[in-house]
Amino acid sequence: MSKIVRTVAKLLTPAILLFGLYVIMHGHITPGGGFQGGAVFASGVALLIVAFGAGRVEQFLKEHQLSMLESGGGLLFIGLAFAGLATAFFYNFLVGSPIFGHVPAFGPNPGDIWTGGTIPLMNVAVGMKVIAGLSAIVLVMALASSKQGEDE
Amino acid sequence: MDALTAHSSILAIAIPLFAAFLTPLVGKLGARTRNVFVVVVLAFVEFLVLVLARDIYANGIHLYTLGAVSPSLAIPEHYMVPVRIVLEVDGLGVFMGIISATVALAGAIYSISCMKHETGQDRFYTLLLLLTVGMLGIQFTGDLFNLFVFLEILSISGAALAAFRTRFIDAVEGGFKYLIVSTVAALMVLLATGLFYGQYNLLNIAAIADVMQYTALDKIALALLIVALLTKSGGVPSHWWVPDTYTPAPAGTSPMIYAATLACMSTMFRVAFTLYGVKMSVATIGWLIIIAGLLSMFVGVTMALRQTDVKRLMAYHVISQGGYMLLGVGVGIAVLGDPQALAAYGREAVAGGLFHVMNHAFFKGLLLLTGEALFFRLGTRNLNRMGGMGRNMKWTCAFFLIGALAISGVPPLNGFASKLMIYEASYQLNPMLTIIAMMVSIMTLASFTKVFQSAFTGPELPEYKEVREVPLSMKLGMGILAGATLFISLFPSLVVNTIVYPAADALLNQAGYIGAVMGGG
Amino acid sequence: MSEFLANIPFLAVAALICVALYIMMSQRNLIKVVMGVVILESAVNLFLVTLGYREGGVAPIFTNAPGTLMVLPVPQALTLTSIVIGVATTALMLSMIMLIYRHTGETDAEKSRKVKG
Repeated sequence: MSKIVRTVAKLLTPAILLFGLYVIMHGHITPGGGFQGGAVFASGVALLIVAFGAGRVEQFLKEHQLSMLESGGGLLFIGLAFAGLATAFFYNFLVGSPIFGHVPAFGPNPGDIWTGGTIPLMNVAVGMKVIAGLSAIVLVMALASSKQGEDE
Repeated sequence: MDALTAHSSILAIAIPLFAAFLTPLVGKLGARTRNVFVVVVLAFVEFLVLVLARDIYANGIHLYTLGAVSPSLAIPEHYMVPVRIVLEVDGLGVFMGIISATVALAGAIYSISCMKHETGQDRFYTLLLLLTVGMLGIQFTGDLFNLFVFLEILSISGAALAAFRTRFIDAVEGGFKYLIVSTVAALMVLLATGLFYGQYNLLNIAAIADVMQYTALDKIALALLIVALLTKSGGVPSHWWVPDTYTPAPAGTSPMIYAATLACMSTMFRVAFTLYGVKMSVATIGWLIIIAGLLSMFVGVTMALRQTDVKRLMAYHVISQGGYMLLGVGVGIAVLGDPQALAAYGREAVAGGLFHVMNHAFFKGLLLLTGEALFFRLGTRNLNRMGGMGRNMKWTCAFFLIGALAISGVPPLNGFASKLMIYEASYQLNPMLTIIAMMVSIMTLASFTKVFQSAFTGPELPEYKEVREVPLSMKLGMGILAGATLFISLFPSLVVNTIVYPAADALLNQAGYIGAVMGGG
Repeated sequence: MSEFLANIPFLAVAALICVALYIMMSQRNLIKVVMGVVILESAVNLFLVTLGYREGGVAPIFTNAPGTLMVLPVPQALTLTSIVIGVATTALMLSMIMLIYRHTGETDAEKSRKVKG
C-alpha cells in the first residue's frame, strides 16, 4: 500500500483499538457491548493487514494464539454462567456484591459504571472471543489469498 | 442428586458447550487425553439425559428458567408471560434427547480410531461437541428464538464437519450445500419468529400457543416454519442436499448429522402439534405432510436403487425412511381434530412415526458407520470395486446385516415393529398409504441385498487380500448402535410403552405443554 | 400519508426478500449465491428492527424506564444475535468457496460440480 495509507493507518489504528475496548467495557451502560466492540477492534486489525500486508501482521499475531484467546473468552463466558448455578444457570450472582454490584437509581446516573453484575464481565468475555475470532478470520483469509497470489 | 436432577436439562446443553471450548486446551496435553475427555463428557451427557428422563417420566414436564431466582419459575413475579429463556422438556424432548446423546456417544467413540491420521483433530472434536449442543438445544428449548440459535449452531457445526476432509472436493461441496440450505431455513424460522413477536410480543412457544389467533400472518409463519424444518429434515421436495452432505461426512459424524436431521423433524412435529395444534386446518396440513412423506419414500428408494456409492445409497434411504416418519405423524396430524379417530388410530400413528425415528437413528446410524468402515479400510465407496469383504471384516459384516435387515422391516427386528404400527394406523385412514409404504419396504430390501452381495459376499478380490478388520474403537461405536437396535428388537413393547408412548402423548397434549409454563392450563 | 410512511420499512423487507430469493435461484456463481443469502439475512434483520421501533422512542436503557417512550429492546437483541450468527455463517461459506476454488479453479456452481446424483 502507498505511504499515505500506511501513515494514516499508523495514526488511526491505536484510536480504533482503544475505541473498540471502550465499547466493550461500557457495553452495560451505553449502546454497544462485546460483539460490537470486538468488531471495531478487529476492524483495526483488518486495517493493519490492508496497510502492511498479512505477512507482517502474522509475525506478531499468530493464529494459534488467537484461537487460544477465543477459547478463553468462550470458557470465561460459560464459566460465569456456571458460577450462578447455585441458584440457576446464568443467574446474576454479582448483584449487590462489591464487584459491579451497585444497583443504580432511576434517571440518568453519569459516571456510575460500577453496575450490571456479571454482565460487564460477560461483555469482556464476548469481546475476547470476537476480537480473536474476527481477527483470525480476516488474517487467515488474507494469508490464504496472498499465498494463492504467489502460486499463480 | 436432587440438585443434579433440577439442573440436568441445562447441564446437558452447557457441559458439552463448555467442553467444546476446552477441547483445544485439553488437546495440548496429547491426543489420548483429549479423546478420553471427549468420550467422558459425552458419556456424562448421556447420564444427565437419563437422569432427566427419570424425572420427566415420574413428575411430568421439566421446566428450567435461565437466570431466574428459582429455575422452575417460568413467569417472574408481577408478570403475566414468561420473559426469560425457558427450557421446557417434555416426553418428546427427552425421547429425542436420549437418541441424540446415544448417537453422539457412539459417533465420538467410532471417530477415535477413524480420525487418527487426520489433521486438525482438536477442531473436529470441538465441532462434534457443538453439534451435540445444537441437537439437544433444539429439543429442549421452549423458546422460538433459541430454537433459531440452536438451529444455527447445529448448521454451522454440521456443515463444517461434513466439509472436514477438505482434500476431497465433494466434501467441501456437500458442506457448502448443507450450510446454504440450513442458513436459509434458519432465516425462515427467524422471520416466522419475528411475525409472532410483532403480533403477540412473545417468544415462548407455550405462551404463543396459548394466545394463538391463527391470523393470516400466523398462516404465513406456519408455512415458513413447516417448509424450513421439512427442508432441514430432508423431505421431498427439498431433499437434494441430503446425499451430497451425508456421503462425504467423515468418521462418526454422518450418524450425528442424521440425528440432527431427525431432531429438526421432531421440531417440525412440535410446531405442528404444540404451537398450532387444532387451531390450524389440521386435515390440510396433515395430508400435505403425508404426501411429502409418500413422495420422500418413493423418490428416495428409487434413487437409491441405482446408486453405486455405498454411503450415497444409504443417504437416499435416509430420505426414503424419513418418509415413513412423516407418514406416521402426518396421519396423526390429519385426524387431530377428530377425538374418536385420534383415539382409534391417530395416537398409534404418531407413536409409530416416533418409534421409527428412534429405530432409524440407531440402525441407519449403524449402516452409515459400516459404510464409513468400508471406506476406511478400502479407500473407496464404489460398490462395483468391492467384494468378499465378509471374510476379512466379519464384525463389520455382522453389523451391516443387523442394520440392513432392520431397515428392510424383516420381522423379529425393530424396523418391522415400527413399520407395523405405521401400517396398521395408516390403513385405517386410507389403505393406499399402506400399500405404497409396503412396496417401498420391499424395494429397500432389494437395495440392501445388492449392497450385501457386492460388498461382503462373492470372491475375494486380490487387491483387498491384506484388508483387516477395523480397529476396536470403531467396532465399539458400531456395537453401541447395534446393541441398541437389538435391545429394541428384543423388548419392543417395553420400549414403546416406557418412552415412545409418553413422547406421542406429549405431542398430543398441547394443553399440558402450555399449562406447564402458563400455569392453570 | 404517515400510514404509508410507517409501512415503507416493511415494503423494503419484502423487496429485499424477493431480490435475495431471485439471486439465489438465478445465479450460478457461488459468491453471488452467498450474496443472496446475506441480503436475505439483512432483510430479516431489518424486519426485526422495524418491529421494535416506536415513533419518538429513545434507546432502551433501564434507568430511563419510568415515563419515557422507548423502542423495544428484545428485537434489537434478536437482531444483534442474528448478525453475530450471520458473520459466522458468511465466513464459513466464503472459506468453503475458497476451498472449492482451490480444488477446481472455478466459483461457478455448474462447472465446479463434481458430484452427480
